[in-house]
Amino acid sequence: MRLKKMFSPGAIYYWLLAVFLYLPIFLLIIFSFNDSALLRFPLQGFTLQWYRDLRNASELLEAAGNSIVVGVFSSLAATVLGTMAAIAIVRFNFPGRNLFVAVSALPLVIPAVVIGVALLILFRQVFDWDLSLWTVGLGHMVVNIPIVTLIVGARLAGFPDNLEDAAMDLGASYWGAQLRVVLPMSASALLAAFLTAFTTSFDEYAMSVFVVGTESTLPVYMYSLLRFPRRLPLVVAMGGLIMAVSVIVIMFAEWLRTSGERK
Amino acid sequence: MEHRSRIATLVSPPALFLIVLFLLPIGFMALFSFRVGTFGETRNMFTLDHYRDFFANAPLLRLLWRSLLISFWVSIYSVVLAYPIAYYLVFQGGDRKLLLLTIIIVPAWVSYLLRVLAWKVILGSTGILASFIAWIGLDPRESAFLLYSSDAVTVTLVYVWIPFVALPIFAALERIDPHLLEAAADLGCTKFEAFLRVTLPLSLPGVVAGFLFVFIPTVGEYVTPALVGGTEGVMFGNLIQDQFLRGLNWPVGSLMSLAMLAIVLVPLVVFARFFKISDIAGV
Repeated sequence: MRLKKMFSPGAIYYWLLAVFLYLPIFLLIIFSFNDSALLRFPLQGFTLQWYRDLRNASELLEAAGNSIVVGVFSSLAATVLGTMAAIAIVRFNFPGRNLFVAVSALPLVIPAVVIGVALLILFRQVFDWDLSLWTVGLGHMVVNIPIVTLIVGARLAGFPDNLEDAAMDLGASYWGAQLRVVLPMSASALLAAFLTAFTTSFDEYAMSVFVVGTESTLPVYMYSLLRFPRRLPLVVAMGGLIMAVSVIVIMFAEWLRTSGERK
Repeated sequence: MEHRSRIATLVSPPALFLIVLFLLPIGFMALFSFRVGTFGETRNMFTLDHYRDFFANAPLLRLLWRSLLISFWVSIYSVVLAYPIAYYLVFQGGDRKLLLLTIIIVPAWVSYLLRVLAWKVILGSTGILASFIAWIGLDPRESAFLLYSSDAVTVTLVYVWIPFVALPIFAALERIDPHLLEAAADLGCTKFEAFLRVTLPLSLPGVVAGFLFVFIPTVGEYVTPALVGGTEGVMFGNLIQDQFLRGLNWPVGSLMSLAMLAIVLVPLVVFARFFKISDIAGV
C-alpha cells in the first residue's frame, strides 16, 4: 500500500517537477565550488577559491552593504506606513475605502519596469533630483508598502477588535491601545512583513536599475558583472551565499507569519 | 468626530506617499508621452506624433504581439504544469501536503536574478548542458538551439513562475467541499466526469488568478530576455528599457510604458469584476 502510494502517477510527477525546480539551483551551487573559471562539464575539482576571492571584491561588498542599508530603511519605513494602512482598512469603514484598498495593492500587480520608468521621470524631470540610494529606497517603498499592508492586514483581520475596546474601557487612549495591545499582538506579523519587504528590496533589479545612481545595489552590480565571463564564478559564489541567507530569512518570516495565525 | 481624526491620521501618511510616488509619476509618464523631446526646448512642446508613429510602426506592433504571445504561453504552460501538483497535494497529499507545497515554493525564494543566471549558464553554447552532452559523448550542437531564442525565454520564465501558480490553484482546490464530489459519484459521475464538471469549474478562480500571477509580471519582463533571449527573444520591456537607458527618447518610452500598463490593467479589471478578490487572497 505504501509502495503503491509512493509510485502513484501523482507522486512521480510531483518529484519530477521538484527535481526540475531544484536542479538549476544545485548546479549553480556545485559550480561555485568548481576549480575552473569556466562553468562547464567535466567538473575540475573542489575549491573554495571563489568564496575566498569574495573578501577582496571590494565593489561587490560595497554594493552588498548599499543593498542592506536600502533594504533596512525602505522596509522599516514601509512597515510603519503599511501597518497604518492595514489598521485603517481592517478596522474602519470610510468614504473612498475601496479606492484606497485598490491603490495600495496596485503596485504589486504592475510590471516593475513601468514603476521604474515613471519614478525616473518624476525624480529627474519633475523634482530634478540626482539619482542615489535615496531614490532607490523610495522606489522600493512603493512596492514594500503593499506587501506590509497585505501581511499585517491578514493578521489584524484574524483577531477581534474588542481587545482594544477593553483596553480603552480600562483607560487607555485609542493610540495607547494601538501601541500597547494591537501592535504587540501582531508583532510576529510585523516582523514577517519587515523581513519579506527586506528580501524583496534586496533582490529588486527590474525597477532599481532605472532609479539607481552611481552607487550600485547588489543586484544591479551583479548584473553589470555578467558582461565579464571571467568574473562569473565570483557572481555565482556571491549568489550561493545570498541564496543560503535569503532562504533562511524567508523561512523564518513564513514561520512567524503562519505561527501567529494558527494560535 | 473622534473616528474621523483617527482615520485621517492612519490613512493620510500612506495615502500621501502612494499619491506622490506612485499615482503622480504615472500621471507624469502619461503627460510625457505627448512631449516632443526629452531635454531642452522640446520638453515644453506637445505633440500627438508619437502616438501616430506607434500605431503606424508595424515591426514594433509585431514585436509587442510576439512578446504578449510569449507571456501568454508562459502563463498557460505554468498553469498546466502546476495544476496536477496542486491537485495531487490537495487530494492525495494527506498530512504532509503543506510540507510538500513548501518544497515546491522554496525555489521561488531564491534570488530571481540568480535563477535566470542559472539558466543562462545551463543553456549557454559552452554551458553546462552543452558540455554535459559533449562529455557523455553526444553531439552538443543538437542542443545549442536553446540559448538566445524565444524558447529559452519561455523555458526560463516557466521555471521561474511555476511555484507562484501552484499557490492560488492549491488554495482554490482546498476550498472545494469533498461532499460535492461524493454527491457527484452518487449521482453516477465517473471520477473523470466529476473532475470536469465539479472540480475544474470550482477551481477556476485559482486557475485564472494563477494565470494572471504569471501573465502580468511577464508582460513587463526584460531581464530574462536580455540574459537568455538574444535578438530573437527580445520582448517589449527591452524596448522600453532601451528608450530610457540608451536611446534617451523618454516620450516614446513613456508611451510604450503606458501601453504596457493598459495591457496589464484590462485583464485585472475583468478579473476583479468576475471573481471576488478574497478568492485569490485567501491562502
